[in-house]
Amino acid sequence: MVQPLNYLKESPSQTAGPYVHIGCTPNFAGLHGVYDKDLGAGPMVNDNTRGERITIRGFVYDGVGNALKDALVEVWQADADGFYNSPSETRGTADPNFFGWARCPGDMTTGEFVFETIKPGQVPFKDGRLMAPHISFWIVARGINIGLNTRMYFSDEEEANAVDPILSRIEHRMRVPTLIGQRDGDILTFNIHLQGEKETIFFDV
Amino acid sequence: MKNTLPETTPFFARDRDWHPPAYTPGYKTSVLRSPQRALISLEGTKSEITGPVFGHNTLGEFDNDLIINFAQPGESAIGERIMVYGRVLDERGRGVPGALVEFWQANAGGRYRHKKESYLAPLDPNFGGFGRTITDDDGNYAFRTIKPGPYPWPNGVNDWRPAHIHFSVFGHGFAQRLITQMYFEGDPMIWLCPIVKTIPDEAAIRSLVAALDMNASIPHDLRAYKFDIVLRGRRSTLFENRLEGN
Ligand SMILES: [Fe+2]
Repeated sequence: MVQPLNYLKESPSQTAGPYVHIGCTPNFAGLHGVYDKDLGAGPMVNDNTRGERITIRGFVYDGVGNALKDALVEVWQADADGFYNSPSETRGTADPNFFGWARCPGDMTTGEFVFETIKPGQVPFKDGRLMAPHISFWIVARGINIGLNTRMYFSDEEEANAVDPILSRIEHRMRVPTLIGQRDGDILTFNIHLQGEKETIFFDV
Repeated sequence: MKNTLPETTPFFARDRDWHPPAYTPGYKTSVLRSPQRALISLEGTKSEITGPVFGHNTLGEFDNDLIINFAQPGESAIGERIMVYGRVLDERGRGVPGALVEFWQANAGGRYRHKKESYLAPLDPNFGGFGRTITDDDGNYAFRTIKPGPYPWPNGVNDWRPAHIHFSVFGHGFAQRLITQMYFEGDPMIWLCPIVKTIPDEAAIRSLVAALDMNASIPHDLRAYKFDIVLRGRRSTLFENRLEGN
């Protein structure tokens, strides 16, 4: 016998199910009068937020190319200077006008998700190298047993992407474009493919 | 002083054998929604170590009382009155303070208040089926609700969900983000459910079963179920970041 380590086990994940909207975005689901507004809904910026305004749009596709109508997507990102609005951010103080987190349910008819935000600054990797600007994504839905983590990088950041410590370690180079949001003006298009030829790279974070 | 200093270290690696795999054909919807390639490991960077934290001003007065938060004044939801309480802990056994916990559920007849729900059981006009709360300094949370009913769902020809409450939990880092479900002690439906059975380990399933706690019950009013939720723990900072020669 040895001494027990006494760690607890993480609670196992279960699917968010088809009715995740009731709990996470009740106003979107037509249930009004309890929460003033849905948590994380609407623009992530106000008039005083620093940074370049962008809009991210996309769909979550299943293995045969159907857009999910019942997915919930959350994003988490740094401010324009690369600081996170989090107690665990120790390098500096983030823009008080930018919370950095939002959630959007896919449209019930089309499945599209939309985030109105700013382009984040660069955040250092643990060895001090700078990571290219990116936004963390977390996707849950009926049929997804454990939330999926991925990142969106920016197509207009080719140089930074080329030396990004995460992107550059990906062995199968042809899959890297699944992590790049395609920029056209202020619009970033970022589609997430759960399965198949174009399967998005998901991370074990 | 406990848990007051913000922690800045990466999280323990997730035990993927303890969680359900993505592809679980017994739960048919997972078949086309499961990534098939290996996840790429990403030892926590600032982007995963940090996460949003929500203040108590996020909450409305009745957000943690599903018995009345959707009800007409003076009325209340129909069903077995219960309280669900417990702690949000991390894998080190420490309480997680300030954790936002959201929950949603069917009514006492097993019916959800949702556009896409068509089960023949009736809606309860006084029950919305959702709420939220934020843990206190020791990680404690509690809410009041009615016990949800089991309900049939389209998977096998006669599959039923056990009575359950859905939980969404935020810790302090985005990598701790978790959605899970709570089941009720003694429910024989648990062991028949294809969604429960996506979890390979019986001990893991048992960790999602809330215990009836008569000591925490309120006589002539409601019974209590205890449900602790465990989020990922953080690594120690001992000897970490110590460069050679320092
Ligand atoms: Fe459910």
